[in-house]
Amino acid sequence: MGLFILRRTLGFVLTLLAVSVVVFAVMNVLPGDPALTILGLDATDDALAALRAELGLDRPVLMRYFAWVRDALGGDFGMSHSFRVPVAGLIGERLPMTVSLAVAGMVLTVCLALSLGIGAAANHGRPGDWGVMFISQLGIAVPAFWLAILLVLLFAVKLRWLPPGGFAGWSDPVAAIRSLVLPTIALALVQSAVLARVTRSSALEVMRLDYVRTARATGLPRHRVLWRHVLPNALVPIVTIVGMQFAALVTGTIVIENVFYLPGLGRLIFQSIANRDLPTVQALVMLFAAIVVTANFIVDLLYVWIDPRLKARA
Amino acid sequence: MARFNALPILSVSLLALTLGAGAALASGQIVIGLQQEPTTLDPTADATASIDGMLTHNVFESLTTVDESGAVLPALATGWTVSDDGLTYTFTLASGVTFHDGTTFDSADVVFSFDRAMADDSVNPSKGIFAPIASVTAPDAATVQITLSKKDAFFLFNMAQGDASIVAPESADTNTTKPVGTGPFRYDAWTRGDRLILVRNPDYRDAGDVSLGRVEFRFIADAAAATAAMMAGEIDAFPGFPAPELLTQFQADPRFNVVVGSTEGEVILAMNNAKPPFDNIEVRRAVSTAIDRDALIDGAMYGQAVPIGSFYPPHGPAYVDLTGVYPHDADKARAMFDAEGLTGTTMTLRVPPFPYAMRSGEIIQAQLADAGIDARLENVEWGFWLDEVYKKKNYDMTVIAHTSPNDLGNFARGPDYFYGYSDAEYDALWTRIREEADPEVRTALLQDAQRYLTDQAVHGFLFQLPRLGVYRAGVEGFWQSSPVLFQPLKDVSVN
Repeated sequence: MGLFILRRTLGFVLTLLAVSVVVFAVMNVLPGDPALTILGLDATDDALAALRAELGLDRPVLMRYFAWVRDALGGDFGMSHSFRVPVAGLIGERLPMTVSLAVAGMVLTVCLALSLGIGAAANHGRPGDWGVMFISQLGIAVPAFWLAILLVLLFAVKLRWLPPGGFAGWSDPVAAIRSLVLPTIALALVQSAVLARVTRSSALEVMRLDYVRTARATGLPRHRVLWRHVLPNALVPIVTIVGMQFAALVTGTIVIENVFYLPGLGRLIFQSIANRDLPTVQALVMLFAAIVVTANFIVDLLYVWIDPRLKARA
Repeated sequence: MARFNALPILSVSLLALTLGAGAALASGQIVIGLQQEPTTLDPTADATASIDGMLTHNVFESLTTVDESGAVLPALATGWTVSDDGLTYTFTLASGVTFHDGTTFDSADVVFSFDRAMADDSVNPSKGIFAPIASVTAPDAATVQITLSKKDAFFLFNMAQGDASIVAPESADTNTTKPVGTGPFRYDAWTRGDRLILVRNPDYRDAGDVSLGRVEFRFIADAAAATAAMMAGEIDAFPGFPAPELLTQFQADPRFNVVVGSTEGEVILAMNNAKPPFDNIEVRRAVSTAIDRDALIDGAMYGQAVPIGSFYPPHGPAYVDLTGVYPHDADKARAMFDAEGLTGTTMTLRVPPFPYAMRSGEIIQAQLADAGIDARLENVEWGFWLDEVYKKKNYDMTVIAHTSPNDLGNFARGPDYFYGYSDAEYDALWTRIREEADPEVRTALLQDAQRYLTDQAVHGFLFQLPRLGVYRAGVEGFWQSSPVLFQPLKDVSVN
């Protein structure tokens, strides 16, 4: 186990290092000039030169990269070129919104998917099963942004139950939660459609096994058989998909943030790339990479927890 | 046998939170939607238009200001005199003015602001407007004298812009995140990417005339989201509504007023004059003949734009209508291209990611195809456009709006400017315009310049970018057209 964690940590560091090199290289090869983006079409040459010097862009690329690595190791991710504030703070003020949305989306996805998937498996071949299969097929086919627009039209424009977008922060928790309800649903419905189908087929497979029949024969109530005996053994493929979906969920917030004009990390990365704001892009891509790698790591740990046989091998 | 036994896990009902939504706004408060989110809050260090749109002449003030027609009016300078040679301006400053942080405003702040904008390390996005200034001095606390090295007819107009905002030495460096000015509104709060809030400045010299107590700007980039926000009652005013195709539903709804005006943005089909085939005037004239502006405006702007035949806004005092100089005639254009041996050639049309440009690009591509030219349309991202098209001049044709006022001088920026246009005769004309003090003579010269550019067919002149405003009924005081990038909120009210 110790070796396993050491190996994973080393992999984590190497992944982030590789990501930083790639982002730095791509952003430098990409046509674009942050100074020109900031000062616009009327800027004079000397104002552009002054701004480049102020942003440190007059130094050679390699020197800038190593300076960045040195500072990053000390926890300093530099100043944003376009926002002119420290990148760490910039990300820090947007993180709560994106994390809240991603976590709420994940929780709702898992709850919906497990309920519907197990329910469908239990009703295999009946109208309930068909219904879940039909709805989940629809869910897979519908793009999240379109569903988001429909939700806004119904709940914000027509019924006026919820705001159509925006997020002012957690200082007013009720307003914050109200702002996140529709984005969470838009994010989760599509994701849970995929997961519900995986849950259903995985559960169906387990339900055919002898020990399930035995459990039933002992007279256990049906829901107990499902939740205590079928689900744990059906979990491995479900957890794999959830792990993959978490990464998709984090990136999916980019689209959702646009529809609900939420000030999250997705919008920030989109804008920073457009502005050629290298320090911000660099830090955000590293953060996303770290999230994905960590999610995979947690999935691996979950495997061990779900399937005790793996513990011996690890 | 089996019951659907899955619901307990969903027992948390988020819908309980849906009670009591959609609060309407009281009078004295307004929520204004903006498409573009600001990156910083300092109009003297960043060209982002929304910074001017929110803060110039609301939080910050300049020596002068302009009204909706573009006429120059007093602001921090209550009056001025100009010397007979037209080179020395003596401004009398408003008295009893304080900055929002309590520091007093006097001539030293004006000198500081100008020195800062003109310094070697200045990052002012319009540093060029300060170029004619030779010196700025303060004979006393209430007077500022600015001496120019050459006459500049646009000087007083330029000094009204956000780039020439008067800032205090105590707060200049922190204006990027905490703007401190002298204007009728004071900065209150900013959640980056979401909203910015201003409140009335009780110490403003005309505070009694200001109707709004609180102004909230909300940033909504997506046009469909902007529509939903208006429809849901979240937004009271959207002065620069991004989508002409969505206006009809507001026009049909009595809750809203739709106001279509003009901006300073001339939309052009820019041709790279430095490069064949566009170094040939006949080819440029052929392109102008191939363009059908009416079809373009219908298709790209849903009819909501005014055609232009040169590089000057139709609402401007010196406008001449030159849209008839190259009437649309695909066959004639084809013959003209043919005469230059260009029929069937391929050229690139690189368009930036703005809806007006992308849609215009598609239609122009089709119109050029009718005239026998195969234009390869490339949708490029803004950073790419700035670098490849604007900076490196690596393009044949592009579609772009020039949103600055008085920008006929673009054509006198020499061969290094992305137009690739260099013409000594035009340069001389532009110098005369800049130095002409008599408004009537200047108007005549401005008209000559328009005619000259049309005759030279430097670019395809397409249409004036409209200002599409959607307002909730009861919102008054927004400008219909805008001669500048800012919108004073002093006279705006909500009933």
